[in-house]
Amino acid sequence: MTRRNVWVAGFAMPVMIMLLLLAGSSSVTAADQPPAANAEVKIDNFSFGPQTVTVPVGATVTWTNHDDIPHTVVSTDGVFKSKVRDTDETFSYTFTKAGTYPYYCTIHPKMTGKVVVQ
Amino acid sequence: MPDKKQDLIDQQLQDLNNDGVDRRGFLKCMAWAGTGLVWTMSGGIPVSRAFAKGYGKDAGKGGDFSFVQISDSHIGFNKPANPDVTATLQTAINKINALPHKPDFIIHTGDLSQLSKPSEFDTLDQALKGASAKQIYFVPGEHDMLSDNGEQYLQRYGKGTKGTGWYSFDHKGVHFVGLVNVANLKAGGMGSLGHEQLEWLEGDLKGRSASTPIVLFAHIPLWTIYPEWGWGTDDSEQALSYVKRFGSVTVLNGHIHQIMQKVEGKVSFHTAMSTAFPQPAPGKAPSAGPMKVPADQLQGVLGITDVNYVVSGRSLAVVDSPLADSGSSASGNGAGPGAS
Repeated sequence: MTRRNVWVAGFAMPVMIMLLLLAGSSSVTAADQPPAANAEVKIDNFSFGPQTVTVPVGATVTWTNHDDIPHTVVSTDGVFKSKVRDTDETFSYTFTKAGTYPYYCTIHPKMTGKVVVQ
Repeated sequence: MPDKKQDLIDQQLQDLNNDGVDRRGFLKCMAWAGTGLVWTMSGGIPVSRAFAKGYGKDAGKGGDFSFVQISDSHIGFNKPANPDVTATLQTAINKINALPHKPDFIIHTGDLSQLSKPSEFDTLDQALKGASAKQIYFVPGEHDMLSDNGEQYLQRYGKGTKGTGWYSFDHKGVHFVGLVNVANLKAGGMGSLGHEQLEWLEGDLKGRSASTPIVLFAHIPLWTIYPEWGWGTDDSEQALSYVKRFGSVTVLNGHIHQIMQKVEGKVSFHTAMSTAFPQPAPGKAPSAGPMKVPADQLQGVLGITDVNYVVSGRSLAVVDSPLADSGSSASGNGAGPGAS
């Protein structure tokens, strides 16, 4: 996203949210879409999807384990740390500060992901 | 085993005897699943014969001894790949108890439990009480250190060990070293031993005669099998550098729920089957998750590993046996030399 787009998105966001609330359906194009308020990350086949998720400050990200094997969601920098999540269990974390948050599964450390908070 | 397969094995052995180690030949032998094969280490030269010919019957005489490796019991796992892992562990124990020679002890190479729950460890303990061998040596898998950095594992199975649970012991002239490569794993990495453990290992081996047979055992393979799935140990090279001077080194691992073997110089690497569920061959599935097989084939891909030590020649022979009768699994899986 270019600087200009960021500015436009930031300026237009309240208007768009109002429009969305009124219309009850999404008609904006992907390019205009602000980061979703909350986000979902699926754990499937020993990977986080999407691997990088971008959210606004204050958003809650929820991870759900769809594997037959337990996983964890642990911030590389010690910001957040889930308990062991078995099949269909979830973990949520609310991001209150902008930044980039790399994380991984401490059981299967090849599994890595990133949350970008803008 | 069909004669054709035996011929192939004999051919490979011939190659081995001619030029020491034939990597290609051994790679071809990888991915034997439940077919049963004996590897004998004799002065660094691997000698092999088909399990069906029954090497193990003569073991146990004189100063020889045997032990059994079991791995990846995952007590608590209850998904379709195997809804009753306690039952298959019990079958494995029955198989150990039915061996023609009584093993001196059992080594469990980790993932005793699925979720490190006390009830899972209790179930495992209860089942293992029925084993003919009363001495059991453990190393943890990543599933055994999930909730408390391995505190509970250490209390139950790691008394008197160092660090996160590593230790060594001697048995009838063979030096055994249990290593932990599932603790403090780093993002993006594979298994890890860590500086402290490596330092300890170097000291533990220092001063031992090069003729002492060495057995290293740990959960995650100490050789890189498939880095994309984390099937290896980042700092295993350093550990292996400490054993290079020894005449006979056997490395026993679990974690990948299938048999793979490789020989490099005087070091013989071997991974064991799980007692719970199989996993796919490297890269043959979207992930390393449990592999579902028809119920009547499950016991052909689970098993135990019987290791025989023969004093004359200081050799170690590794025999893998599926839980199912060896006859049915040998034909059932279809794996063999060339079926890599």
